[in-house]
Amino acid sequence: MTDSMLIYKIILCVIVFAVSLGAAAYMTWGERKLAAWLQDRVGPNRAGPLGLLQPIADGIKMFFKEEMIPTHSNRWLFILGPCFFMLCACMTGVVIPWGAGWQTETTLYPMQVTDINIGLLYLLGVVSIGVYGVMIGGWASNNKYSLLGALRASSQMISYEVAMGLALIALVMMTGTLSLKEIVEQQDAGMANVVYQPLGFIIFLICAFAETNRAPFDLPECESELVGGYHTEYSSMKLGFYLFAEYINMFISSAIMASLYFGGYNFPFQHELGLDGNILTIVQSAFFFGKIFLFIFLFMWVRWTLPRFRYDQLMNLGWKVLLPLAIANIIITGFVMLFTGKLG
Amino acid sequence: MLTEYAFWLLSFIAVFSGIAVIVSKNPVYSVLYLIMTFFAIAGHYFLMNAQFLAAVHIIVYAGAIMVLFLYVIMMLNLNSIEIEKRSSIVKLLAVVASGLMLVVLAGAVPHAEVLIQQKESATPAGMVEDLGIALYRNYLLPFELASILFLAAMVGAVYLSKKNLNETQN
Repeated sequence: MTDSMLIYKIILCVIVFAVSLGAAAYMTWGERKLAAWLQDRVGPNRAGPLGLLQPIADGIKMFFKEEMIPTHSNRWLFILGPCFFMLCACMTGVVIPWGAGWQTETTLYPMQVTDINIGLLYLLGVVSIGVYGVMIGGWASNNKYSLLGALRASSQMISYEVAMGLALIALVMMTGTLSLKEIVEQQDAGMANVVYQPLGFIIFLICAFAETNRAPFDLPECESELVGGYHTEYSSMKLGFYLFAEYINMFISSAIMASLYFGGYNFPFQHELGLDGNILTIVQSAFFFGKIFLFIFLFMWVRWTLPRFRYDQLMNLGWKVLLPLAIANIIITGFVMLFTGKLG
Repeated sequence: MLTEYAFWLLSFIAVFSGIAVIVSKNPVYSVLYLIMTFFAIAGHYFLMNAQFLAAVHIIVYAGAIMVLFLYVIMMLNLNSIEIEKRSSIVKLLAVVASGLMLVVLAGAVPHAEVLIQQKESATPAGMVEDLGIALYRNYLLPFELASILFLAAMVGAVYLSKKNLNETQN
């Protein structure tokens, strides 16, 4: 790796980090505006024009709130919980291809921090260890509501991870690669993967809702039963980290769904426009962000439309509906590949 | 050079947290240290260019099995006081068993040089494609037998839990 490439990668890392945080901050604003619109209210409109400074005001408020660490709780683990949750939320952005790349005379600078050939497994790994942030935080709070919330969160995440992984296996069978870059590039040549994997996409979408603890799967922080769930004892910016990481997770899972199933940065007729390589990259990234924001809109729309599941319904859906469907999807994919002669 | 520093750092973390697993009085800390050990070992796999093994190690051990460990320990709310005292025969047997394990590991050390040579010859041994070809072409029968073993274990676990459920209902 040359020096210029290394510097470029570091800058790209910082940009991906900043974009995830910025998008998450403005998603809190968007969520409130959308909720207000769906409920025929005005929403935040005091801080700045259209309430656009509201996320900054919220952030400042979070930082200056009094910091409480409950007695008899483990101080280190209490702090480690939200930090770990935030870290895992920020780690996934590095394998997502945000655009084709910048072409100079000599080299191509890809708009992806790292193209490891186990990209999908990396994503699953980070998702699966993200649950520790919630568990450690809930246990260290030394509060029964926090503990119950943490136990709910962990069992929910483990249950839906299984179906999510199996939905991805069907996709991997079809594409024959674990690298996100190659999956996106294959969709440039053919159709978007959602055409071939509609069932897999629906399973993945439902699991993404459950993994990000969004409504209708927000049982870990179910306020009518558990006060505040796993973050009952948290205050100040540590609470902010938990809430903020949820928005980052939502942003990243929207990006993953867009790249795995909806063609990533590709858009129809992109090669017929006759655009220069670098300009095309900018347009592609714009399209990619458009797709991401459509998914984020879906996340918010569902939250303000559907009521919460009951806990046994959640477990039944995960284990008795989604898991068999995901396995059936794998078998169907295998048979179709066998009969269309796509087996290598 | 950088990989050598990474090797020593990861080894230190692995050994340190491995000892901490045994020494910790609170079972929750033991589990957390064990997770740290798994991460360090996954780092070693990465250094040996076995990316698939590293990722699966994280997903399966750190991401699934240890979560369930932690889940059970938190649910039972085990404390350091409640660790039951074992009889001295059990302790003696444990010492003998782990001593035998030590002998096996020590016996493997002289052959370790061969592995390092293989690593440096840049064969992509741990890549997904090569692993898949090796498993499905050369070792198909053991691989399938292992999967049947897993299935049997799962069915057994479900059967045992269902049996208890029926007894309590009646």
